[in-house]
Amino acid sequence: MIETMDQSFVLLQHWVVGFLPLALRPFAVVVLGVVGIVAVFPGLFALSVLLERKGLGRMQNRLGPNRVGPYGILQPIADGIKSLTKEDIVPLSADAAVHFLAPLVLVVAAFLGFAVLPMGRNMVLVDMDASLLFYFAIGASTELSIFMAGWSSRNKYSLLGAMRGVAQMISYEVPLLMSSVAVVMISGSLSLVKIVEAQNHYTWGLPHWYIFTPWGFAGFLLYAIASTAETNRCPFDLPEGESELVAGYFTEYSGFKFALFFLGEYLAMFSISGIGATLFLGGWSAPFEFLTWVPSWIWFFSKLMLSIVVFIWVRGTLPRLRQDQLMNFAWKFVLPLTMLNLFVAGLWRFLGEGWMRWVVCSAILMVAYVAMGRIGMRREHFGPRRYRYAE
Amino acid sequence: MSVVFYLLSGLTLAGGLAAILLKNTVHCALALTVAFAGLALLFLSLDAQFAGFAQILVYIGAVAILVVFAILLTRGSETPKDGVYSHHWPLGLVIAAGVFAVLGWAVLQSARVLPNETAVPSVTVLQIGNALMSRYVLPLEIVALLMTAAMIGAVIVAMHEKEGAK
Repeated sequence: MIETMDQSFVLLQHWVVGFLPLALRPFAVVVLGVVGIVAVFPGLFALSVLLERKGLGRMQNRLGPNRVGPYGILQPIADGIKSLTKEDIVPLSADAAVHFLAPLVLVVAAFLGFAVLPMGRNMVLVDMDASLLFYFAIGASTELSIFMAGWSSRNKYSLLGAMRGVAQMISYEVPLLMSSVAVVMISGSLSLVKIVEAQNHYTWGLPHWYIFTPWGFAGFLLYAIASTAETNRCPFDLPEGESELVAGYFTEYSGFKFALFFLGEYLAMFSISGIGATLFLGGWSAPFEFLTWVPSWIWFFSKLMLSIVVFIWVRGTLPRLRQDQLMNFAWKFVLPLTMLNLFVAGLWRFLGEGWMRWVVCSAILMVAYVAMGRIGMRREHFGPRRYRYAE
Repeated sequence: MSVVFYLLSGLTLAGGLAAILLKNTVHCALALTVAFAGLALLFLSLDAQFAGFAQILVYIGAVAILVVFAILLTRGSETPKDGVYSHHWPLGLVIAAGVFAVLGWAVLQSARVLPNETAVPSVTVLQIGNALMSRYVLPLEIVALLMTAAMIGAVIVAMHEKEGAK
């Protein structure tokens, strides 16, 4: 019974495929997996948009959407119908072909990332050897779609937003990759399935997740910072800062193309949270040994939604950074710490079992964190900003 | 030679042709990206995962972005009236033909140098990683040093300012 619950989606897939002739089966397996992904994540998108609007509303002492359906829970459906029926306006001077292609490229690239995500035991669409590399390769190509959107709109706000977005995504991609390399070093595999299996052990009923090690904890925090910046979420949402740039690179998009940008952003958030959960939070494994009877996909999606809630919480809490603060933070604080974390992960591997490695690794990371924070703050002189190029 | 190969090579060639024939410089850069993507997919269809993903990560993720940034930051994306073609295009044609001839010759000669390659070699990402970290670690480090030096040099050139300037 437990096994059936755990594997229910896999069994469903096998059952449906069983009706087809033998020649079509390999094809049908892939199509069914794709249909599952394309159905589930936009559903989650609707859910989390509502959650975000409600949650932000509570944090800002207002009600949030409450007109459509009880407690406003049908708001996403109303929004979807609205965006489908709205007029699609393309600016006269816009580059029509590139303007049309940009949201498509973004959404396709965002969907491709889910192909390698293990969402439960045996629930991965493509189990390839280098799935982490695949994910980051696909993630790198979303930058181009943001550039395409900003450039083709022929609007200064769009172009500024796109330039900011691309610069920010390139800068934070380095710490994002580096912080996950530590996990690859310890687990010895680029395959996300194997990384989850390496964490799916228990001592005294507690899991061997990488977040419960000094390097893993530091790596997770660095990954979380870098992924917030990579998905252009607050406090790193300068590319679409409403108060400065209207809506950034998608200012000139309306109707369903705007909805596609919105969808692409949330899909990127889901997949990057999924990768984070897989790398540091044990993917689909249960948090306690006595809870292993709960189906694995429930754990995966709980971790995913928990990260989304944290994203919303951070958005409701922190103010937006300034462009120079953003870049300084990436290159002078996050990147050196990720480099050090790589070194600490190597040390952790070669110090052997015992309490020694806990003390040594934690001490190195804590000292580095405090020292770099102090040094960085000492150089920071508060007062009016001096511009290097703009005066 | 399957259908996939012809589709992908068609895509790559179309991207490359568009990159040299289109008028707008940004369009050329985007078409070049299509050619890069086609090449990456060709690598993947040959089961060379590492080469394919590295192609996407480096060429689409970094080089294409660098190209469009360079276009936008230097002389704008406005196309000049008299076209973007150089006056020395016959010379360029000769050089390109020469490079193509050398490459074609090398590829055709490879059948004679390695006559007994019947089985498809399977190289996993793991093997490439092991080789880079053990046998080829010195070349890897030298390349890393060279690139770091180049990067620091580029930053110094870009940051050069007059004394006393803000």
